Amino acid sequence: MTTKEIVIKTDKLTKRFGDFIAVNEISFEVNQGEIFGFLGANGAGKTTAMKMLIGISKPSGGKAEVAGYDVYKQTEQIKKSIGYMSQKFSLYEDLTIKENIQLFGGIYGLSDEQIETKSKNLIDKLNLQSEADKLIVSLPLGWKQKVAFSIAILHEPKIVFLDEPTGGVDPITRRQFWDLIYEAAHSGITVFVTTHYMDEAEYCDRVSIMVDGAITALDSPDNLKAKFGARSMEEVFIKLARSAKRGE
Amino acid sequence: MKAVELKNIVKTYSTKKSVVTAVDNVSFSVDEGELFGLIGPDGSGKTSIFRILTTLLLPDSGSAAVLGHDVTQDWKEIRNIVGYMPGRFSLYQDLTVEENLEFFATVFNTTIQENYDLVADIYKQLEPFKTRRAGKLSGGMKQKLALSCALIHKPQMLFLDEPTTGVDPVSRKEFWEMLKRLKAQGISILVSTPYMDEANLCDRIALMQSGKILEIDKPQNIVDRFGKNLYAVRSDNMYKLLNDLRSFPKTESCFAFGDYHHLLLKENGSKAGELESYLISKGHTNLIVAEINPGIEDCFMQLMKK
Repeated sequence: MTTKEIVIKTDKLTKRFGDFIAVNEISFEVNQGEIFGFLGANGAGKTTAMKMLIGISKPSGGKAEVAGYDVYKQTEQIKKSIGYMSQKFSLYEDLTIKENIQLFGGIYGLSDEQIETKSKNLIDKLNLQSEADKLIVSLPLGWKQKVAFSIAILHEPKIVFLDEPTGGVDPITRRQFWDLIYEAAHSGITVFVTTHYMDEAEYCDRVSIMVDGAITALDSPDNLKAKFGARSMEEVFIKLARSAKRGE
Repeated sequence: MKAVELKNIVKTYSTKKSVVTAVDNVSFSVDEGELFGLIGPDGSGKTSIFRILTTLLLPDSGSAAVLGHDVTQDWKEIRNIVGYMPGRFSLYQDLTVEENLEFFATVFNTTIQENYDLVADIYKQLEPFKTRRAGKLSGGMKQKLALSCALIHKPQMLFLDEPTTGVDPVSRKEFWEMLKRLKAQGISILVSTPYMDEANLCDRIALMQSGKILEIDKPQNIVDRFGKNLYAVRSDNMYKLLNDLRSFPKTESCFAFGDYHHLLLKENGSKAGELESYLISKGHTNLIVAEINPGIEDCFMQLMKK
């Protein structure tokens, strides 16, 4: 068996805001090609942790490497090696699908030919031939999110970070979105994802649950359910998050 | 009298280039004391319906009434007797928790003390933070404060537009427990949500998609009408399983559903045996195939395809 490459590694990673410890000494590893679910209640510290991992927030302590780069010193290299999308910000609404692809392709340093080929592949794959020249603002949310995800992995990053990518999306599109996630992971891209849909936690290879800034559980969904004597990830989550002391 | 009654409501929005029909000839009613849910994804028209009912938006056509008051004629009366929690956090960010509540009480000519019993349950959890500015609260806390402010004038009817969106499962569960207690006090509630699992907590629901109602009924009745055999399937390799199930010739549709995949076959009748041998031939191990009862989400997905 080949040992899998570790693409995210944190060691006691910490972030303080004054007296408040938003992220408290979290240590974990994520393997290449893994779908890693990063769960936690509102205010548990997920967003803060993710910001440190994508190189836009400097940790107060501890160590972390993302795609082999140090989160203190090599944030620019990190940004080149990852993709990112969230529910809140994904694409430029007043540009068309094609223009968004060109813009992000350009930012990630792809050549014109690469952009052309990838643009065509992406549009064919999502079956958006007739929408390619329409403004993003005119697309239904679910389509937008599928395009946003495809653009986030356009430059074939090592890791893609997804912050609640499926919020408010209809149930069929939500599943089509996960088909894209599965496919990306299958092609070797590591997926780091947060969600409030507990059925989606089941689709992850491994899941971590944050409570009050610390990671209190980390394992595969099946092992977590067995460990906590729960039938579903929702039960596991509720058991753990109910113990939160932080007044949000 | 109905708590809410909509008849053939149409609402369109025009931009320079196009016309979007946000609400497409929608009719439904909510009984007094009922907890009624509008269930659907973003863009299904839920918020426009809330804005019309709370007299903040005029419909293009159709009529609507809240507790017998017409939404276009009697807007003053309606505003006095309803509480509204919009989807976007709309309290004063730079006022404290307590100041916000006091402000809303004063606007409605009442005091926090007068109606404290109604909000006590919710507000108690906020009291340790009552001097904190609303803008500095986290999601779950903002939501509790917004509900307190919507309740402080003792409304007869409560409109809650996606109160649990983006809220974690624990806070969502607590929120629905609060709604149950409010319902027990006789308040009629119209609530919207994109989370299908919350549908079962409502007395009746309307499933919505693209401005239209797909179905209105008690959750159980909707589930009972599903009328097809549904199978839950799992094995050691869920990704391969999904693809294999989709290429099984008798499959109508197959979607991931948490730790199982849900499978609909083209014809009803027991095909489980045939399916199992097909999957075993594809090399699946630890295979489980079980016929199950559908949930609201299965029904919604089935209705979406029609």
